Amino acid sequence: MNEAVVSEMPHDASRTQSGTHSGYSYAFLDELTKKSVRRAILKAVAVPGYQVPFGSTELPIARGWGTGGLQVTLSLIGPGDVLKVIDQGSDDSVNAVNIRQLVELTAPGVDTTAATEEATIIQTRHRIPEAPLHADQIMVFQVPLPEPLRVVERRESETRRMHAEADYGRIWVALYEDVVQHGRITRSAGYPVVVNGRHVMTPSPIPKWDVPRLHQAPFLSLFGAGREKRIYAVPPLTDVVPLAFDDYPFAIEDFDGAHCARCGSDDTFLVEVPQPDGSSVMSCSDESWCEARRTERGQS
Amino acid sequence: MSAIATLPTEMVRHDHVASRNAEQIALKVENLEAQYGRGCSACHELTGPEHSTNVCGQCGTVIACADVSFAVRAGRTLGIVGESGSGKTTVLRCLYGDLNPAGGTASLMTYEDGRANLFTASAQVRRRVRNFDMGMVYQHARDGLNLRISAGGNVAERLLAAEWRRVDQIRARAGHLLERMEIPRSRMDTPPSAFSGGMQQRVQIARALANGPAVVLLDEMTSGLDVSVQAGVLDLVLELQRTEGVAMVVVSHDLGVIRLLCERTMVMKNGRVVESGLTDQILEDPRHPYTQLLVSSVNA
Ligand SMILES: Nc1ncnc2c1ncn2[C@@H]1O[C@H](COP(=O)(O)OP(=O)(O)OP(=O)(O)O)[C@@H](O)[C@H]1O
Ligand SMILES: [Mg+2]
Ligand SMILES: [Zn+2]
Repeated sequence: MNEAVVSEMPHDASRTQSGTHSGYSYAFLDELTKKSVRRAILKAVAVPGYQVPFGSTELPIARGWGTGGLQVTLSLIGPGDVLKVIDQGSDDSVNAVNIRQLVELTAPGVDTTAATEEATIIQTRHRIPEAPLHADQIMVFQVPLPEPLRVVERRESETRRMHAEADYGRIWVALYEDVVQHGRITRSAGYPVVVNGRHVMTPSPIPKWDVPRLHQAPFLSLFGAGREKRIYAVPPLTDVVPLAFDDYPFAIEDFDGAHCARCGSDDTFLVEVPQPDGSSVMSCSDESWCEARRTERGQS
Repeated sequence: MSAIATLPTEMVRHDHVASRNAEQIALKVENLEAQYGRGCSACHELTGPEHSTNVCGQCGTVIACADVSFAVRAGRTLGIVGESGSGKTTVLRCLYGDLNPAGGTASLMTYEDGRANLFTASAQVRRRVRNFDMGMVYQHARDGLNLRISAGGNVAERLLAAEWRRVDQIRARAGHLLERMEIPRSRMDTPPSAFSGGMQQRVQIARALANGPAVVLLDEMTSGLDVSVQAGVLDLVLELQRTEGVAMVVVSHDLGVIRLLCERTMVMKNGRVVESGLTDQILEDPRHPYTQLLVSSVNA
């Protein structure tokens, strides 16, 4: 176990309040559930990229809406924490708002924010914020499908054996076939990576743009899959290397010089935003970043 | 990055090839035993040629092979003959790691200089030895090939498992091997499900040889091949014996194949070795009654 990493987590078990609010346990989950989630997290941190099974519980949010990530967040959070929740870069989606409200309701002493630099815990679906993150922040990813080998192997017993033996020939062949058929690797969201030189892992459906930011990152990344009951982790300062060939290297999305129609950034992950007149413009996917840039420019 | 991937294709040889000494024992097996079933204390006593069965009369366990010992020197080929069900495939599957033996040892020149027992190595180490040092041609192509990916992909999988990371080199090597197997490069991106049985078998051979392994296991490699194609395959195997220093174990019903390829031969019956020695001696002057029957039935 990496002691340094654990003690750097903002809230260990002993600090979490056991007081209740509105008839719920602190942060909704009962203490036993939180303990078992924390145990899974510790194991995940100890074996980077390895999927740790855990006893996923029911939450007042439908599975597939981030219950895995939410259980991780609720098990870690405590008074003094500041939580940011984003859904594909947006702090204002229904899903993000619901999760924030649940925490506000059940975890007194926790603040919520849209400002990336203020957050101690950032729960996310499909993005990493553009702003640089630091060592005392934790990223919590919502993961729909945790198994990167599922595309080549249906059977769980077999994918487990493949991970145990580092038998990754078949996922490599899938990339080879992709190149042969399309002249390039077409995989984009959830691009497979090798963690710490050992386990093949899916970084959840983040764009390729975000993948290099996991490599030797100063922050801890935790991945929670509620439906499939798996937790995995990338500890700080860990190698995260995308699967690619020397002659077909990994490349992030290329926006071909486009910039954000709202803030003017040409160095962020852009998405197409449909306009009322039927046309569309490119705009930062990270809305809080975009907002901050616009404010900055307004002031100068 | 492995050093082999940076070598020109025609020069690609396994790291260990340079150190392969023709007189060195490449593969040594002692007292290999494999069973289907739980076994009892009487299994060993109640099975074998003197009982004309490999099924234990007391507990019903199949003693698929027992007391099997042999050694193969680099560049040499051992033949295994014997009636259907005598345990030939079982021996190969144990060596390749598809089946866990109940007892015995196997050492490989390329693994810990032949001083360690491969059977007690961790699953990850066994997988690595298999990926880098071994090749296998299965009796049934469906066991040895993925029929949904391309023929080239099937060969590529072995190269990728041995950490080749350049698509151009992988394609050059796979194309070259398939061409030697008389499969034109134009068919290399076709799935072998579209091929005849004989062609599938040839894809398997190309796949088994891909990494320049130290040991190649061939289970009925010529069965189902046209006579003309058989000749080509046998020529290739003869050439490999001359040039690559590969140790081979050839299982075949065809005593002509055994006579052509194997200096030494082992005869199995009911899971045991009943006779072994120089192939010429065994075929000209068989000692064991079963071998006499086998030889006379072919000569008749
Ligand atoms: N999965 C299995 N379960 C139970 N028994 C098995 C299994 N596979 C093989 N056997 C038995 O083990 C014994 C050895 O089988 P093996 O396939 O090694 O024979 P073989 O010499 O290769 O035969 P053939 O020439 O027909 O290929 C046979 O009696 C067979 O019936
Ligand atoms: Mg067989
Ligand atoms: Zn028995």
